[in-house]
Amino acid sequence: MKVINLIRISWKALLRNKTRALLTMLGIIIGIGSVIAMVSLGQSSTKSISTEISSMSTNVIMVMRASQTQGGINIGSGNVQSLTQNDIEAIKAGSVKISKASPVVNSSQQAVYGANNWPGSIRGVNEDYLSINNFEIASGTNFTAEDVKTSEKVCLIGKTVVDNLFDDGENPLGQVIRLGKIPVKIVGILKSKGQNQMGMDQDDIILMPYTTVQKRMLAINYIHMISASAISEEASDLAVADIESILRRTHKIKEGADDDFEVRTQQQILDMLSSVTGMLTLLLAAIAAISLLVGGIGIMNIMYVTVTERTREIGLRMAVGARNNDILKQFLFESSIMSLAGGMIGMAFGVGLSYIASYFLGWPFVLNLITMGISFFVCAAIGIFFGWYPARKASNLDPINALRYE
Amino acid sequence: MKTIIKVDKLRREFIMGIEIVYALRGISFEIHEGEFVSIMGTSGSGKSTLLNILGCLDKPTSGEYYLDNISVSGLSKNELSTIRNRKIGFVFQSYNLLPRTSALENVELPLLYNHTVSGKERREMAMHALELVGLSDRMGHTPSQLSGGQQQRVAIARALVNDPVMLLADEATGNLDTRTSYEIMSLFQELNTKGKTIVFVTHEPDIAVFTNRIIKLRDGLIIKDEAVKTMSAIAALESLPVNDDYEIMVETLN
Ligand SMILES: Nc1ncnc2c1ncn2[C@@H]1O[C@H](COP(=O)(O)OP(=O)(O)OP(=O)(O)O)[C@@H](O)[C@H]1O
Ligand SMILES: [Mg+2]
Repeated sequence: MKVINLIRISWKALLRNKTRALLTMLGIIIGIGSVIAMVSLGQSSTKSISTEISSMSTNVIMVMRASQTQGGINIGSGNVQSLTQNDIEAIKAGSVKISKASPVVNSSQQAVYGANNWPGSIRGVNEDYLSINNFEIASGTNFTAEDVKTSEKVCLIGKTVVDNLFDDGENPLGQVIRLGKIPVKIVGILKSKGQNQMGMDQDDIILMPYTTVQKRMLAINYIHMISASAISEEASDLAVADIESILRRTHKIKEGADDDFEVRTQQQILDMLSSVTGMLTLLLAAIAAISLLVGGIGIMNIMYVTVTERTREIGLRMAVGARNNDILKQFLFESSIMSLAGGMIGMAFGVGLSYIASYFLGWPFVLNLITMGISFFVCAAIGIFFGWYPARKASNLDPINALRYE
Repeated sequence: MKTIIKVDKLRREFIMGIEIVYALRGISFEIHEGEFVSIMGTSGSGKSTLLNILGCLDKPTSGEYYLDNISVSGLSKNELSTIRNRKIGFVFQSYNLLPRTSALENVELPLLYNHTVSGKERREMAMHALELVGLSDRMGHTPSQLSGGQQQRVAIARALVNDPVMLLADEATGNLDTRTSYEIMSLFQELNTKGKTIVFVTHEPDIAVFTNRIIKLRDGLIIKDEAVKTMSAIAALESLPVNDDYEIMVETLN
């Protein structure tokens, strides 16, 4: 039998029952649509992260207090007070791979200006923090090393803080805001950085000399974190190794004992983040694939109904000369056409969905032709796989019984 | 004259659980080219079983069947399909047209399973067959837009489209009223005079009179096989009262 005739027969048979064919296809449409959308969005987010990486200083190194376990329970890093300004001096002096380093002391205080107030995220740092972390100043100036030494009550504020504390048109420069009980003078305003890859607002920030935060706000003498930069991206790994050996020495950690600190590079964090997005994408795609499976079972179900309903038609076709194989192929074609057409519509649907979503999320739109190609074959496979048993049933009918079927 | 059908000691048994149903119990006859044979008999006498075997839809339990000088018993399933497609035209009691499909496409159906026929030929042959049954003006109509008689004509056109060596009809007028039955019979007669061999199963004697040979079955055996004087279906049609059957009935009641 000619393939063209086979396609013709299957196509006509589907047209005779358009609504049913469309409803059957719906499962595949949704299945393929969501797989395409998930994979494509996953790739968009990964791409958006990697664009961010390339636009960012990847030579930033963070040193944190290690999270410690007591009796098997992770008690977090809060109880250890292992990092101090001395560590920074030691690192700066001990490694040629480190260009700059700044302490970080975090605090949160209600920021008040006039009638406005805002929960301020305060970060106590030194004068090098801006350049380490690619912050730029929109207006005003950075605070100086002198300010740090004398625990001056000065600060730099981000755009979000400006927007929430000051009315439109008001110039915050030189104004004094209150952080908790302490009046602090604004010496500079940071350029907006937007959200980071974790969705955190990087403009909701108040930078102050760390000494001011330590002495006047928290009354502590340790620091929470060290933020440093390697001299180059390539030197990052060596710098990390240097920091580890220096800190083990200054912290007097015995051979074989665990570090009481943790060193992370920006790169590591981003890698971790992309692996998390990757896993999330995989998970969502797996869920979408299950809906595809359900769509396939839907096709099988309808094909069974169709075969029973069209028993007489099958008998007639056999009576006028259709071979068992022709009947088998006809029904396989019918199920494959449905799943392929459903797949096409689903692809268009998924691409459209991910285009709109990536537009609103501000991610780059990624169209993966390989995924599309694979989806196409998956659809064909679903049509054949789930159409097989109903088609077998049809082709094994006895023509006489089929013609007599009521 | 050329022998189209030759059956010899044809038997067909059905096994129903532990019971055996003897549907045909040794049937022999020959049908020559150009004959118009009716197969008669009471219900359950084996008419349909015989016709199914003649139509290569079923195989006999034993006995020989030669169609167009080919022994059918030795053929494979696929070869039987080809024979049904090229040499046999079926007409059923219940038309068996594809729903929501035009008359033309219904008639084209057997040709779709014949790879030697091109798309253009297919259309032409189907149109020609519809002309033969007098439905040139109904080609685009679907079965639901046709009367019972017209549907049966489409089915006859479908049976004719391959130019088969014989037509097989099982109670082809069973669903039709008297007038339409006569019309269909006159169509069969016309096809027969053009040389088509026809085997026609019926249990109505007033339909069988339009054929030229009657084979009568009882309990799977032939009890009578004789040539008969053929009545003209057109003449019978003309002798029918112009009014429809209902009015005749009312008149006779009065
Ligand atoms: N598939 C089958 N399985 C079992 N028995 C069958 C089968 N087909 C036919 N028979 C039996 O064979 C016998 C002949 O049946 P057949 O259908 O040939 O009768 P028929 O002469 O066509 O009757 P009718 O005029 O009612 O159509 C019947 O007794 C029937 O029950
Ligand atoms: Mg019968």
